[in-house]
Amino acid sequence: MEHLLALLPDYLTGHLQLTLLALATAISISVPLGILASRVPRLEGLVLGVAGVIQTIPSLALLATMVPLLAMLNLPSIGFLPAIIGLTLYGLLPILRNTVTGLHEVPAELTEAARGVGMTPAQRLRRVELPLAMPVIVGGIRTATVWTVGIATLSTPIGATSLGNYIFGGLQTRNFASVLLGSVVAACLALLLDGLVAAVERGIRDRRRGLLTGAFALIAALYLFAGTTLILPLFASGPRSIVVAAKPFTEQYILADILADQITDKTGLPTERLSSIGSMVAYEALLDGSVDTYVDYSGTLWLALLRRKDSPSSRQEALNAIEAWLGEHTDAVYVGPLGFQNNYALAIRRSEAERLGVTTISGLIPYAPKLKLGGDLEFFSRAEWPALQKTYGIRFAQTRPMDPSLMYQAVAHGGVDVITAYTTDGRIGALDLVVLKDDLRAIPPYDAIVLASGRLARTRPDVLAALRSLVGTITETEMREMNHQVDAKGLQPATVAAEFLKHFHEREH
Amino acid sequence: MALAAGVWQASQVIELQGVSKIYDDSRVVDSLDLKVADGELLVLLGSSGCGKTTTLKMINRLIEPTAGTICIDGEETTAVPAYQLRRRIGYVFQRVGLFPHLTLAENIAVTPRLMGWDEARIERRIDDLFALVELEAETMRDRMPHELSGGQQQRIGVARALAAEPRSMLLDEPFGALDPLTRDRLQTSFRSIHRRLGLSTIFVTHDMTEALLLGDRVAVMDSGRIVQIGTPASLLRAPANDLVRELMETPRRQADAVEALRAH
Repeated sequence: MEHLLALLPDYLTGHLQLTLLALATAISISVPLGILASRVPRLEGLVLGVAGVIQTIPSLALLATMVPLLAMLNLPSIGFLPAIIGLTLYGLLPILRNTVTGLHEVPAELTEAARGVGMTPAQRLRRVELPLAMPVIVGGIRTATVWTVGIATLSTPIGATSLGNYIFGGLQTRNFASVLLGSVVAACLALLLDGLVAAVERGIRDRRRGLLTGAFALIAALYLFAGTTLILPLFASGPRSIVVAAKPFTEQYILADILADQITDKTGLPTERLSSIGSMVAYEALLDGSVDTYVDYSGTLWLALLRRKDSPSSRQEALNAIEAWLGEHTDAVYVGPLGFQNNYALAIRRSEAERLGVTTISGLIPYAPKLKLGGDLEFFSRAEWPALQKTYGIRFAQTRPMDPSLMYQAVAHGGVDVITAYTTDGRIGALDLVVLKDDLRAIPPYDAIVLASGRLARTRPDVLAALRSLVGTITETEMREMNHQVDAKGLQPATVAAEFLKHFHEREH
Repeated sequence: MALAAGVWQASQVIELQGVSKIYDDSRVVDSLDLKVADGELLVLLGSSGCGKTTTLKMINRLIEPTAGTICIDGEETTAVPAYQLRRRIGYVFQRVGLFPHLTLAENIAVTPRLMGWDEARIERRIDDLFALVELEAETMRDRMPHELSGGQQQRIGVARALAAEPRSMLLDEPFGALDPLTRDRLQTSFRSIHRRLGLSTIFVTHDMTEALLLGDRVAVMDSGRIVQIGTPASLLRAPANDLVRELMETPRRQADAVEALRAH
C-alpha cells in the first residue's frame, strides 16, 4: 500500500492535467459552437449529429484511434496529446447539446422583451439568453466533467499517466488494492470537480459572492497547479529521461523495470516508465521516438509486422527475419533476444487433463466441441487463432475473449475449460494448470526481444550498450518465477526486477 | 440625444402612412394611416386577430412593415438602428416579460444601463419610478419578479418602459391578464401617470370599457383596417357601422344587466 501511495502524486497530477485541460478545451469549443448552432438551424443538426456520432464510439476505441491518426500527421502519437484530443472530443456533446437546448428554452416573450427594451443581439445573448440558459449549460458541463474524469483512466493504454495506471496495472498483476485505489481516487476527483462546478452555478444563481469567489479560487488553484506541473518539465535542464514502455501484463512491467534499472545503473540517466500501453501503440511510439525501448515478442512481430502466414522453421529463423525486416523498413534497432520465450499455449486444469488423458493439442481435438475456450482480449483477432484452427481442425463449443487476469480465474474456477495461456506465466503453476504441447507447431515462437528507437541508437550509444548487456540473460524458468512472485506472492514488479539485477550483477563479477 | 432631466416629459408625434404587413397571402395590416398627436393617448381597439398588436409592434420595429412609412417627430423609424429606436420608445408587453434573473431595480434599470447612464442617475431614476408606479422602493428594489403579484409585476413593467425617459410609449394589452379589481386600480394609476408625463401613447386593448375610459381618441380596427377613429363621445354618438355600434353598446348593455339585477 505504501508503494501504491507513493505513486499517487504522479498519477493524480497526470489525471488532473488531462481532465482539466480537456474540459477547458471542450467548454471553449462547445459553448460558442452551441450558441452559433442555436442561431443557425442548418448548423444545429450538423453539429449535434457529428458530436452524437463521436459519442457513440466506445471511449477506449476513440482514445486508441487518436494514436494512428496523430502518427499520420507526424505529431506525438502517444501520451498527453492523443489523450487530450480524445477526452476533449468526448466532452463536446453534453455541453453542446445543453447549450443549444438551454438557449432554445428561453421563453419567446423574454427574448422579445429583450429586443423591446433596446438590446442589440449581442446584449440580448449576454444579458438575457445566456444567464437564463446557464443552469442547463452548467448541467452539461457537469455531465462532461464526470465523464471526463472517468474516461481519463482509459488514457493509460495510450501512454498518458493517469489514475488508470493503478487500474490497468492492478488488473494485470492481480493487485486489487491498486485497482480499488485508482477507482476510489478517480470517483472522489469526479465528485470534487462536479461539486465545484455546481458551487459556481449556485453562486451565480443565488448571487452568493462568497461561494462564487471560493469556488472560483479553488478551480483557479487547480488549473494553476495543472498548468505549472505541465509546463515546468519543458524548462527542466539536465539529460532527458529515457522512456521505457511496458505492455499491459506482469512480465512486461518486470522487464521494463529491469531495462530501466540497467540503463540507470550503467549510464546514470534518469528513466521514465510508460506502463500498460497497447501492443501496437508501443511499436508505433518506438518508431516516432516517443518511446526509447521496450520488449516485444518474435511471434507478435512475425505476424503483425512481417505479416507472414507461414510458421518459421526455428526460433532463430524468426529472429533473423525480424532483424532483417526492421533494418530494411524502419530505423528502429533490433537489440537482441533476452533468452526466454513466452509463447501462446493452450492450458487446461491438471485434473481435467488427467481425466481426459490429453497432453497435446491434437489429443484435445475430440473433446474440444464440448469445451469452452477463453482467450485474452486480442487472441481471437490475432493470426494464431486461425492458424491453430487450420492446423488442427479444432473446434470449441464457445470462445470467449476476456481480460487476462480474469481468464486465469475463469479456468481455475471452471468458468471456461481451456485458456490461451502464456508459457512464462507464473499463474500456470500457481493455479495447477497444464500446458498442452503444440505438437503440430501451429503457434510461432515468441522470443522476448529488446527493441530500441533509432533516435536512442544515434544519440545515446551508451544506453544501447547497457541494453545489449541484457541479451541472452533471462531463462524461461527465471521469467516464470519472477512473474509468479508478482502474480501469486504480491511482490511489486520493481522489487522483483531489482532482485534479478542484483543477482545478474553478481554473476557478472 | 442628451435629454436634460426636466425635458423628458416633452413628447412627440407618431405618424403611420400606408403601412401594411403581409404574411404569405394574408394582409394582417392593410395600408393603415394613423397619426398620434403630441401627448395624446390613442387606443387601438379591436378583437383578436384584427392587426392591432402587429400595428403596435411595427412602430418600434419588433415587426418590420411590408410597406409604408412610420415617422416619429417627422423622422422615419428606419433612419436609426432598431435597437436605438426601441430605447427611445417605452414598450409595455402583454405578458409583462420581466427578466426573471434580475431584481426589480435591475429590471427597471435595463434600458438606462444599455444607454450608458451613470449609476447615480440610474439610482435616482429607479427611486422616482417606484414612486410613480406606487410601489415602495425600499422594500421592493432587491426582490425578484417571481415574488410579485401579477398587478405589481405589470407596475414594474410600466416603470421599466418609462425608465429611459422615452418621449412616446406603446402598450400591448398591458392589463388584459389581471383580475378586474387590480385592472381597475392599474388603469386609474396609468391614467394619472399619462396625464403627468404627457407622452404620446398608443394603447392596444380589446376591452371596450378600458378604451372608453383611457383614450383621448379610440381607433377601432377590423381586418387590418381602421374602421372608425374619434373621441369616445363621438364614437358613442355616431358609430360608423354595425361593428362599432355593437362594440359601443357592450358596456352599456353590461351596465344595464347589472342595474336590472340590482332592481330585483
